[in-house]
Amino acid sequence: MPDALVALYVFVLACFIGYYVIWGVTPSLHTPLVALTNAISGIVIVGALLVAGFDQASGLSEVIGFFAVLLASINVFGGFLVTNRMLAMFKKKKK
Amino acid sequence: MQFSANGQALAYLVSAILFILALKGLTHPGTARKGNYYGMLGMLIAIVATLLGAEVKSYGFIIAGVAAGGVIGGILAARVRMTAMPQLVAALHSFVGLAAVLVAVGTFLNRREAGMLNPVLMGELSAGIVIGAITFTGSVIAFGKLQGLISGAPVRFRGQHPLNALIALVTIALAVHFATTGSAVSLGLMTVLALLIGVTLIIPIGGADMPVIISMLNSYSGWAAAATGFTLHNNLLIIVGALVGFSGAILSLIMCRAMNRSIFNVVFGGFGGSGTAEASAVTAAAEKGVKSASVEDVIYWTEDADKVIIVPGYGMAVAQAQHALKELMELLEERGVKVLFAIHPVAGRMPGHMNVLLAEADIPYDHVLEMDEVNPEFPTADVVLVVGANDVTNPAARSDPSSPIYGMPILEVGKARQVYVIKRSMRPGYAGVDNLLYYQDNCSLVFGDAKAVCEGLVNALKGGGH
Repeated sequence: MPDALVALYVFVLACFIGYYVIWGVTPSLHTPLVALTNAISGIVIVGALLVAGFDQASGLSEVIGFFAVLLASINVFGGFLVTNRMLAMFKKKKK
Repeated sequence: MQFSANGQALAYLVSAILFILALKGLTHPGTARKGNYYGMLGMLIAIVATLLGAEVKSYGFIIAGVAAGGVIGGILAARVRMTAMPQLVAALHSFVGLAAVLVAVGTFLNRREAGMLNPVLMGELSAGIVIGAITFTGSVIAFGKLQGLISGAPVRFRGQHPLNALIALVTIALAVHFATTGSAVSLGLMTVLALLIGVTLIIPIGGADMPVIISMLNSYSGWAAAATGFTLHNNLLIIVGALVGFSGAILSLIMCRAMNRSIFNVVFGGFGGSGTAEASAVTAAAEKGVKSASVEDVIYWTEDADKVIIVPGYGMAVAQAQHALKELMELLEERGVKVLFAIHPVAGRMPGHMNVLLAEADIPYDHVLEMDEVNPEFPTADVVLVVGANDVTNPAARSDPSSPIYGMPILEVGKARQVYVIKRSMRPGYAGVDNLLYYQDNCSLVFGDAKAVCEGLVNALKGGGH
């Protein structure tokens, strides 16, 4: 099976996982859900690392890679930390 | 130490599983924090596996980028006010979009340098750039609307849809040209036009539809990550992109259902501009006038009640009344009153916004009910207190087929014995529709600032009551 087809298999199956997992999320946590998906979509940092760390990278693509790493890192750190901050606020009634 | 390609692929698999578990954790507030830690661990594994792989050779720019991004992200996360969460989310969406564009352009330059370009790769690059660029400018516009930098009113003009369609077609043509020839000029023009589409796609959507915009852009940022995954043949990015893409899509659907509107109606229709309410039940009711009540009246009915339901809307957050409401809840509970909070899915400016604002004020989440849970509670409630919510309580949505909000699911507050609505003025809500609730016999309006009125209630209860 060619690579592109494997990728398509992975994509479609992942869509199904996403569909069922997301419907299970309680509505009261929809804002943390958006923040958490913000953080994990920072996974484009993997692509950014490959661009910035490429062996034969020109000066221009190194700079492009740097900004991509910077933006994706803001997402990763900002997203996870703000999710954590919000989730810490959700408490049950103190007994 | 260096990872083999297989070792790296296995590490990515572990990371993908951790991300799925992270989302799964959000099924319940009790497991959510653990889920977030799974997500952090998944991200750490993905980054380390990438850095240890054979493809990354130089680390200078990477260390600088991660360090600077970490500091900026940490400060943003620690400083942001909970009312401003939609703005932060919009900003982060724009960063994902721009990062996806930069990764695609950088990958193009690197692969060209190495002589590894081919039409399939360039087609995938085009998809990454177009989706990323739309996400970027769309999110910038959304941020501007939320922050009040640009007007929240929908921007519409004649020929808008044909123009958008034309731009989209030209963009696709340029993408095909780029994929087949590798022309950098086509690449540049395509990027510019995709950036433009992001603007034209979001400006016609009104400020009242912010929860949908946020969810849609959330979805786009996921598809942008997935497209990047296709470009790089990286299954982890594809999986994460699909998860995030679906998350945003489902949230958009939930928001649209809660307004009884189709996604096409939200994206292309606009809302809140037309003030041409028909002469219907509304005017008839308006002639009957409304009753107004004082803080003392509210206390009289509330302090001996068995069950009180509080319905907060975004107006509560604007007035910063949530802390006074928490105190009110505690004082009433001391008197043996059962206090519940009722939340409509589109209350606030993003999905679940109101839950976070109440949680911030230390209101326990088991007191906060969603629409379907709370609607059966209203007929047995002695008092309902509506604080800064409007359209979501309007019975016209069920009774008046000529109303623009007809068919929208509402919180059925009118079924309670007595309803008090705290309001600044008789100004209608976002939808520009008069609220029939205010003319019902069991409803009175308490005019004033939400915070001031709630503090007034708290002080009256503290004073010993009647």
